[in-house]
Amino acid sequence: MPFGNTHNNYKLKFSAEDEYPDLSKHNNHMAKALTLDIYKKLRDKQTPSGFTLDDVIQTGVDNPGHPFIMTVGCVAGDEETYEVFKDLLDPVIQDRHGGYKPTDKHKTDLNFENLKGGDDLDPKYVLSSRVRTGRSIIGYTLPPHCSRGERRAIEKMSIEALSSLDGEFKGKYYPLKDMSDKEQQQLIDDHFLFDKPVSPLLLASGMGRDWPDARGIWHNDNKTFLVWVNEEDHLRVIAMEKGGNMKEVFRRFCVGLQKIEAVFKKHNHGFMWNEHLGYVLTCPSNLGTGLRGGVHVKLPNLSKHAKFEEVLNRLRLQKRGTGGVDTAAEGGVFDISNADRLGFSEVEQVQMVVDGVKLMIEMEKKLEKGGSIDDMVPAQK
Amino acid sequence: MPFGNTHNQLKMNYSAAQEYPDLSKHNNHMAKVLTEELYAQLREKATPSGFTLDDVIQTGIDNPGHPFIMTVGCVAGDEETYEVFKELLDPVIEDRHGGYKPSDKHKTDLNPDHLKGGDDLDPDYVLSSRVRTGRSIRGFCLPPHCSRGERRAVEDLAVEGLGSLDGDLKGKYYALKNMTDEEQQQLIDDHFLFDKPVSPLLLASGMARDWPDARGIWHNDNKTFLVWVNEEDHLRVISMQKGGNMKEVFNRFCTGLTKIESLFKDKGHEFMWNEHLGYVLTCPSNLGTGLRAGVHVKLPCVSKHEKFGEILKRLRLQKRGTGGVDTAAVGGVFDISNADRLGFSEVDLVQMVVDGVKLLVEMEKRLEKGQSIDDLMPAQK
Repeated sequence: MPFGNTHNNYKLKFSAEDEYPDLSKHNNHMAKALTLDIYKKLRDKQTPSGFTLDDVIQTGVDNPGHPFIMTVGCVAGDEETYEVFKDLLDPVIQDRHGGYKPTDKHKTDLNFENLKGGDDLDPKYVLSSRVRTGRSIIGYTLPPHCSRGERRAIEKMSIEALSSLDGEFKGKYYPLKDMSDKEQQQLIDDHFLFDKPVSPLLLASGMGRDWPDARGIWHNDNKTFLVWVNEEDHLRVIAMEKGGNMKEVFRRFCVGLQKIEAVFKKHNHGFMWNEHLGYVLTCPSNLGTGLRGGVHVKLPNLSKHAKFEEVLNRLRLQKRGTGGVDTAAEGGVFDISNADRLGFSEVEQVQMVVDGVKLMIEMEKKLEKGGSIDDMVPAQK
Repeated sequence: MPFGNTHNQLKMNYSAAQEYPDLSKHNNHMAKVLTEELYAQLREKATPSGFTLDDVIQTGIDNPGHPFIMTVGCVAGDEETYEVFKELLDPVIEDRHGGYKPSDKHKTDLNPDHLKGGDDLDPDYVLSSRVRTGRSIRGFCLPPHCSRGERRAVEDLAVEGLGSLDGDLKGKYYALKNMTDEEQQQLIDDHFLFDKPVSPLLLASGMARDWPDARGIWHNDNKTFLVWVNEEDHLRVISMQKGGNMKEVFNRFCTGLTKIESLFKDKGHEFMWNEHLGYVLTCPSNLGTGLRAGVHVKLPCVSKHEKFGEILKRLRLQKRGTGGVDTAAVGGVFDISNADRLGFSEVDLVQMVVDGVKLLVEMEKRLEKGQSIDDLMPAQK
């Protein structure tokens, strides 16, 4: 966690070698990219708000990683982090986002009408559909670095913006620290409640400080549109519903997001965005769209097929258990979502999910009947 | 944990009221003392090494505390913390250390010849004896704030100093990060091994950053003298052995400590000490002597006596389970140690343990025979 150390005035008296972290047992993107030379070059830099290199990397130093899962190992403390520390973060981004180059441009497309189909995924297989993303508010530092005053200001603005929503978006805000037992139980039953993170990856970034001050959950009365305030990002925006109508979910997602953005812009606090990185978020893995569009879908046969992984790879999709990341699938039900975040637009990513899931259901049906799917394996997207 | 937030340069754009933490659900020494006025007064200060008020208090904000156990809720990042933030720390110290005033002077006495008796605690009752303390090396920041370079320099100095000890104190250093499985198992079997802390109180202070870099355990060949390097303090020094010869344990403790101190002085490094606070350590609760002297003693009868709590209080002793702080007694065996740290010398504190345990064992023998202990009740020390 970016600690006192990270702004310790004595550390520059020690050589870069003496201060350079021991990354010999580490396996994360930061450890792959951070050579002694880069450490030397960047160690006396900081962003205008005071975020240092040691702040950026502390989470990766404290969490060596997993032999099979490549974690990111670094975070941003503000918008400028991605510029001031580009010598470290550009290679991390390139490695994490499929070769995305420092000169590449990212497309943003939140026009839901550009999505083709997506309203007819077979509800016998697709149990639910969901789209989520994150947003950061210009002028405030990010959760690893923000002060209590900043965090509270973000909460205040968010409540104001969300309260102004009406129609299908009319809803209510539940601050974590004032929640009644009844409200808490309801939010748990709805699977909406988020709690103080326990993952050392998240805690090490500093985002758990001052919990639960200025954290909360807003959702619409219909329980189909949900916003988390001040968790891992300033805002996490989620649209979801039972069944396979991803088109409707994406519509609500885009409309809601744009309504919220308009209110923030009115107060001269738009969302952090640039044409290279798209939407700027705390974790470099969420840059670009920050979007994960997914379904819970029954694929008991396909998931046992030798080519399942290959199919997912080619469709640019990933699988998770129905508890979310790092959980196992139960009863043949998988969480299938887009693997990419940066370099493809929102519409493109949701299109991949829609088309890919449609194909996989066809494959599932074929396998149910004892047929072969060899002629259905798609080309690499 | 003192995070990025704690050196966030934008926070001064917010008022003290906006930045002041919500301590309404908190029960720790820091929360009792830190009013909004005090926060306003201290919030723009920093020690020469850059430790801020938010660094000092973050652990107390993130750990609201327990209704029955009063935690400290603040830490020092360097020697100057106790001076720069005295308006907060003086009242915390006064509350924690029995009314110790800012003008009070602390006595240091590490002359084991001043201890009377202590070599004859009944081994049928006293199973083991142990004395521990901590030491900080002047010129380096403390574990919540030290950089990797500083921590490694502390380790180098410790290894060099300890490496030159001989006779009864001759021993070996085991760096945490290079330990073989065999060495690790032996250290576990000896009850010497310390691991990365899991307590949120400790983690929140920032002391676990970069684990296990520059952490290690040194012990003598006889396994009666042990030093922890870079855990919660720069050094933790422990002398221990089976049985009730506290005099010998204290003898070794003083001899070893004094030798180590002179070895450091030879290299131009002193321990942090001043005549008001005694030895300066990370946690305000360990100021003064930093000393906890204790025995594991069988008191199945006395511990069930209704006056047990009262007796311990009057003797200025505290009880713990044999697993250490926050554990329960097993089989009537208790860890009995001095309750004080500051305002009494090392000899004073060990004398209280020796005299107090002697009395408790006498009481136990009386109760075993079914006799009363009323005439043995001590006055308040």
